[in-house]
Amino acid sequence: MTAPESMNEHAQARRHRLSVLAQGDASLLAECWNGLGIDPECELVRGPEIGLVALRGRMGGGGAPFNLGEATATRASVRLADGTTGHAMVLGRDKAKVKLAAVIDALAQDEAMAARLDEAVIAPLQAAIAVRDAGRAAETTATKVDFFTMVRGDD
Amino acid sequence: MYVAVKGGEKAIRNAHRLLADRRRGDRSVPALTLAQIAGQLALAVDRVMSEGALYDRDLAALAVKQARGDMIEAIFLVRAYRTTLPRFGYSEPVDTGAMHIERRISATYKDLPGGQMLGPTFDYTHRLLDPELAGDAEVPDAARRQGEPARAMRVSDILAEDGLIEGDGDAATEMPGDITREPMEFPMQRDTRLQSLSRGDEGFLLALAYSTQRGYARSHPFAGEIRIGEVEVAVDMPELGFAVTIGRVQLTECQMINQFKGSSQAPPQFTRGYGLVFGQSERKAMAMALCDRAMRARELGEDIVAPAQDEEFVISHCDNVQASGFVEHLKLPHYVDFQAELELVRTMRAEHESRRDAGETAAEAAE
Repeated sequence: MTAPESMNEHAQARRHRLSVLAQGDASLLAECWNGLGIDPECELVRGPEIGLVALRGRMGGGGAPFNLGEATATRASVRLADGTTGHAMVLGRDKAKVKLAAVIDALAQDEAMAARLDEAVIAPLQAAIAVRDAGRAAETTATKVDFFTMVRGDD
Repeated sequence: MYVAVKGGEKAIRNAHRLLADRRRGDRSVPALTLAQIAGQLALAVDRVMSEGALYDRDLAALAVKQARGDMIEAIFLVRAYRTTLPRFGYSEPVDTGAMHIERRISATYKDLPGGQMLGPTFDYTHRLLDPELAGDAEVPDAARRQGEPARAMRVSDILAEDGLIEGDGDAATEMPGDITREPMEFPMQRDTRLQSLSRGDEGFLLALAYSTQRGYARSHPFAGEIRIGEVEVAVDMPELGFAVTIGRVQLTECQMINQFKGSSQAPPQFTRGYGLVFGQSERKAMAMALCDRAMRARELGEDIVAPAQDEEFVISHCDNVQASGFVEHLKLPHYVDFQAELELVRTMRAEHESRRDAGETAAEAAE
């Protein structure tokens, strides 16, 4: 996804962080988080609750939208002791992951903490996603057809 | 007089216990895990997600296990589950052009940008049963080849440039209809037709698609493009004031291209049918695209002469949960209905006999 130009830097960073958290592997996320060794006090404002997101496609791929079907999703909102709130929504039903993502979102509202989280959690998650994608792309590319022309006849 | 009858609780309880026993089968054989079903019966799981209209691999795998592999029963279970959950909202339309490609082929352009990538396909296999798979023989890792971009432009975008193929249409319209929220009405719009088709029964849509190729609705289709892969799902989060990616889903998209001789409004060009389904479900996506195109007959000014073009017929009957519900309800007790009908037939029979006797008497009298 490309960010709309109107978004400020802070919002773009937040969106990027949440997108990586959503797509990242849950066990790697837990591992990175535990490595940080922080355990902030926080309360759940909402959820984590499981629900549905209706997925939309576009007619012909690029035309008017239509509703394709639904997917399970989990969302959570947390409040830190200092009142900062964090939010997260992730496809699937992993409540622990979504709660942790919301906590990280809240913590990252503090600039110094954001830098620490980006380095210790977001960057490794993103790297793992890139490795997985590159691996799958290479596997797909290996099935690419290389056409060659056979010349038949004399003329 | 109406007499209520009760009974069968114990029989039902024991029948369900027997079902659980038979589902588990031989206890000396290890039970299937959901990871095994999701991983090794992945296309069965994909079909349950697609026709259950709920993207969740683990739930679909559980449904397959609970249904003992009965796909329509599994689809029913998934549909029932979704009604227990709140709806958070709608995603932004997914961008299939930005798909992480796992397979992408075109039957119309050999040298399309990005190339033909076969992916994990059954095509070109010899359909000979493989005895090795009966065991647990080691499987080598997939081959890899570096240095190619994984993303590929859509075939429809290539063709659209010279105007020989119709475009995607206006991207910005009002809210699309939602058959899970409002009752279906005919004539339908294409948005709700596509929603119905995407969850429609693969066998039913396949048969109708086949009928269009065999001449029941003039159709000269080409598989312009089929692509399978993951797309990102973004949802607008009001708490944040912007949309975030909440994960990815695997989709199969089919762009079917059909010859069109033109109408008073449109010059001769290629028109398109569109298929988009959850998971790796290529046959379904192709069937959906053919049915979508056939049902655009009214919009394109074509005569409606075949079943596949009749949207009320197709859409009203493509949902296998509804269809099996109505067909299978026939096995539930209809004792009272049948008694009433039996009484009616007896009465008609008696009347028929007395009329015949009267006729014979009159004929004898005339002789």
